[in-house]
Amino acid sequence: MMEKMFEVQDPVNHDTQTLQVNIGPQHPSTHGVFRMNVVLDGETVVSLKPVMGYLHRNHEQIAENISYTASMPYTDRLDYFNSMSNNFAWALAVEKLANLDVPERAQYIRVIMAELTRLVNHVSVIGFLLNDLGAFFTPVLYAFREREKILDIFEEVSGARMMCNFLRFGGIKRDLPAGTLERIKEVIQNFPKFLDEFETLLTKNEILCMRCQNVGVLPAELAVNASITGPMLRASGVNYDVRKADKYSIYDRFDFKIPLGQTGDVYDRYYCRVLEMRESLKILQQALRDIPVTGEIISKKMAPFVKAPRNFKPPVGEAYGRVEAPKGELGFYVVSDGTPQPWRYHVRAPSLINLTILEDLCIGHKVADAIVILGSIDIVLGEVDH
Amino acid sequence: MIFGTGIIKGMLVTLKAFLASYFKGPHEGGIFTVEYPEKRLAEKERFRNFPFLLYDQTPENLRCVACDICAKECPPKCIYIVRDFDKEGRPLKRPAIFDIDFTVCMNCGICEEACPFDAIFMDHEFEIAGPDRQNKMLYHRDDLLKSNEYFNKIRPTDAGAIDARRREAEEKKKAAAAQAVKAKTTQPQPEPPKT
Ligand code: SF4
Ligand code: SF4
Repeated sequence: MMEKMFEVQDPVNHDTQTLQVNIGPQHPSTHGVFRMNVVLDGETVVSLKPVMGYLHRNHEQIAENISYTASMPYTDRLDYFNSMSNNFAWALAVEKLANLDVPERAQYIRVIMAELTRLVNHVSVIGFLLNDLGAFFTPVLYAFREREKILDIFEEVSGARMMCNFLRFGGIKRDLPAGTLERIKEVIQNFPKFLDEFETLLTKNEILCMRCQNVGVLPAELAVNASITGPMLRASGVNYDVRKADKYSIYDRFDFKIPLGQTGDVYDRYYCRVLEMRESLKILQQALRDIPVTGEIISKKMAPFVKAPRNFKPPVGEAYGRVEAPKGELGFYVVSDGTPQPWRYHVRAPSLINLTILEDLCIGHKVADAIVILGSIDIVLGEVDH
Repeated sequence: MIFGTGIIKGMLVTLKAFLASYFKGPHEGGIFTVEYPEKRLAEKERFRNFPFLLYDQTPENLRCVACDICAKECPPKCIYIVRDFDKEGRPLKRPAIFDIDFTVCMNCGICEEACPFDAIFMDHEFEIAGPDRQNKMLYHRDDLLKSNEYFNKIRPTDAGAIDARRREAEEKKKAAAAQAVKAKTTQPQPEPPKT
């Protein structure tokens, strides 16, 4: 009798079914209102369909009905972690369209702000990744401690911590207040110490290695074919960084390297970001060394339109401005018909395009890994659902 | 390396942070969050949250001339202005209605940038939660009024620069007017054309 009960059966003989589960849209690990329609076989992901659009707010249509400058605060709200680099991309697009030059000091301030943004983004995304891994809140709060210091600088400079609305076409809104550069220097000086500590906490941690290595491997070829950009692409070993490829603004003056990964797994994505922060610090140090003490902050051509943004009518034409945002290539495509509003306005949002690969990365892994893979892609739903 | 060394090293980092939170100052790794309602951080001068209308000396003396520029420039179009008229129906240089919907305003500061008359500025006030939309969140003209002294208090650098610029402009205007009067009196009156 007993023997019969414990007879070993072939698992295939069980008439099991796959199970469809909705993760999200209000699940904390989806980083916002995002839904994953997952089909599971036991705990293994068989298929995964991302469902987006819960945060859609007509960003492009709105921008086509307001003046060029009035779009600036809306770009803050795309990827709300990195408003400065969003501003940067939009400013570059319009500068290309209207053929504006940017004064020297403004260029440096822009680069400093964009690189500080990269620090903010990478440090917090690593924190959130660890949250997804189950290391609740210790790494993320260490990260936020540093982030806070940089956000204080943003507030001092632009008046808001996250919705900076600081760049203008042909320059920046206002010059830095007295003493800010010193404070930025101080933050940058202390940052490597924090990074070292952060790495001691994480990089060699066995649990992190076991959970992340060889999980969600993105082959280089697939990454290129799917137009993945940013740290995700570089973690797969493809050397492509818009800062080097396009040399926009004054990035050709700085000496920095592009860290590359080898396998393209979650661990490489994590480590690439750490190394990228170290490179950003190098850029920041060089920029702070070279920045002119005084100077114009907005180009002469644009100065009359600061008080009257609606009078600014770029010539008929089209332009595409792009930056290496912390999440990937952020581009704005704009078509002007000579009126104060753009005729067409399109955002190439890195989060959205990087997210399209999610299914390929997750198939064959466990549900818990799918969450980690999503965390390592680094999405912000404001940008996905623009 | 022995398995687990990384974890132990990491634990030492957290232990250090734990001890630092008791014994170190806020910028050496200690706690630097403050217990908000009792303690507050110093406000940054450029901090911006919600616009207010500026008046000189008395509330009747507001600088806004109801030119409608800010309403047109405001990205989400949350400003609503109606010009005031006197008894004979002539338009006056002041708004009868000036409403800003706080639920729509995104604190971008473009109205402040665009106003040609230095009449609207961004405030430091941030504790503006209210129980209902219609009465608390729709700010009317009189709710928005704040004095120049207040502006000088919250944003001394900006207010000082603007005041200096306005004084200069006024003096120039006065000088020009005086010169015009002088020119009028000294210049010989043109003779009436002979018929
Ligand atoms: S606040 Fe300024 S821009 Fe707005 S209506 Fe008044 S004067 Fe015009
Ligand atoms: S701060 Fe921006 S959104 Fe608010 S009223 Fe001014 S222009 Fe409009």
